Amino acid sequence: MAVKNILITVALVFMTLFLVFPLVIVFSEALSAGVGTYFNALIDPNVADAIYLTLVIAAVAVPANLIFGIMASWCIAKFDFVGRNLLITLIDLPFSISPVIAGLLEVLLFGLNGLFGGWLSDHNIQIIFALPGMILATTFVTFPFVAREVIPLAQEQGNDEEEAAVTLGAGGLQIFFRISLPKLRWGLFYGVLLCNARAMGEFGAVSVVSGKIFGQTDTLSLAVESLYESYEIQAAFAVASLLAMLALLTLVLKAALEWRHRDEIHAVRRKRAR
Amino acid sequence: MSTEIEIAGIVRRFGPHTVLNDVNLSVRPGELLALLGPSGSGKTTLLRLIAGLDQPDAGTIKIDRADALGRKPKERGVGFVFQHYALFRHMSVFENIAFALRIRKAPKPAVTERVEELLKLIQLETLAGRYPAQLSGGQRQRVALARALASQPRVLLLDEPFGALDAVVRRDLRRWLRQLHEDMNITTIFVTHDQEEAFDLADRVVIMNAGKIVQEGTPIEIYQTPANAFVHEFLGESNVLLASIHNGTVYAAAGFPLGTADAPDGEVTAYVRPHHIVPAANPAGAWRIERIAATGSHARITISRNGLTIEAAMTADALLESQLAPEQNADASFTGGTLFGKGGEGRIRLGSVVGGKTSVVREPVP
Repeated sequence: MAVKNILITVALVFMTLFLVFPLVIVFSEALSAGVGTYFNALIDPNVADAIYLTLVIAAVAVPANLIFGIMASWCIAKFDFVGRNLLITLIDLPFSISPVIAGLLEVLLFGLNGLFGGWLSDHNIQIIFALPGMILATTFVTFPFVAREVIPLAQEQGNDEEEAAVTLGAGGLQIFFRISLPKLRWGLFYGVLLCNARAMGEFGAVSVVSGKIFGQTDTLSLAVESLYESYEIQAAFAVASLLAMLALLTLVLKAALEWRHRDEIHAVRRKRAR
Repeated sequence: MSTEIEIAGIVRRFGPHTVLNDVNLSVRPGELLALLGPSGSGKTTLLRLIAGLDQPDAGTIKIDRADALGRKPKERGVGFVFQHYALFRHMSVFENIAFALRIRKAPKPAVTERVEELLKLIQLETLAGRYPAQLSGGQRQRVALARALASQPRVLLLDEPFGALDAVVRRDLRRWLRQLHEDMNITTIFVTHDQEEAFDLADRVVIMNAGKIVQEGTPIEIYQTPANAFVHEFLGESNVLLASIHNGTVYAAAGFPLGTADAPDGEVTAYVRPHHIVPAANPAGAWRIERIAATGSHARITISRNGLTIEAAMTADALLESQLAPEQNADASFTGGTLFGKGGEGRIRLGSVVGGKTSVVREPVP
């Protein structure tokens, strides 16, 4: 009993120190010069640009990884093929690489002196230090989120329902859209949520690849760095507070999702326990 | 009107393992047929082949004289009920049942009418809006059945439909399925490993083992005249006694006569059901009562003689009257049994029944 209380206390202290305090500090610093200054910092065109860039990158990376995640879970959960295990391992690759290394890989491939550098500049395509490169880097880094959420879910759900649909006369596409995809609803929502949070907050890979031109190639997270390094502390914290609000919103949505399909979660947990 | 199915020469292998080995079966129109056998006998595989969920490596399946193997499940007109129901978890009961009709793009009023008709049939009208997770096992199974019946299939296939349910629910659903079959008269095949269920429900029972059909017939036929030792043991408790026939009398290896047999001299194995052994209290008897277990309506009495231990059964009332008690001596008489022996190159041959009852001699069963 005492051990349980100690562990709970330790966990709460940990959370307070590393989560609650920083959040509180971000907001208090952001508003330290008054609410007016706070909003002025956010309306600044460079910051607006950063917001826009962040949204655009997420708008491409998240749907791309959503589609990929669905396709991967379909293949892996329903079929056995040569290279299946390799695919599963590769999906986890972005997690095991430092984002900075991921960005560096991109530069080595698509930069001026990179593997495809010559071909790209011949065709006037700019990837590094431009939006395409940033999108690519973010997509790579957030690759596994949807897939890792949905693959075990699809595997655990099995193929019984799909077989039933076959006996009831449904064709391949009908089965996919009426049965398989809806089964994965909650896993997909959750995966998209995580993917989005990470895509918008990504720093390492994007910082290597973007060139960090404040007002042109800075995302929100890069903008925080740029502002901080130019000693515009309040503005930096103001932008950071946007990211903090995104994090809080993500948590709230996650909790809401878990509450809404708690019956299904409990059923899955009970089955796993057996 | 009802559909017949012809299955010939079916072989199905999974890797090195032959799951179905030359299976031949005729399913009569409108009958309720049970595929009975232990796990791994191939019965579910056969059912899935009929449904079209799997393709055989060899052989033919004809439904109503037309080749079925070249057709998808939808075209075969089969309804399938899965062991774990396989209900669509994100759809309501109504939508689950309506699925087959929606796929066929039936007009809405027709769909509603048919679904309501089926809901009434399965007596779940009030639960149309519920989701599978909110239903009990028995309710889910009924929804699965209604869903399979929605498109009016000509063959109904059930894979261990009541396996995941508790005994009371199972019995109720059995009765209900039987009634349903009598009303609708669809050719129905169901798979089970439960002998009691097969015998309770089916017009005919097909016993399978290790990928082959071992025997088929009505429940009574099979029980009274099992084709071989496997069937005898699978269908119920069996006491196995090594014996030999000499001049028409069967002698147990343990040194006492079992009864008479209309068969040539030779070594045999006698299979005797517990209720065909009748112990009677006798202080001078050659048998010793080892143990009496009173399990509700019946009692099992374990008796031994010369190192041989067998089990008799009688009703609880008969036990009281007999005044048998453990550690006492008794006589034992044998009122029936089946003989099997090794003939030729080790094939099991059905012999005749011991104890003065009917005498049956059959062809050798491979």
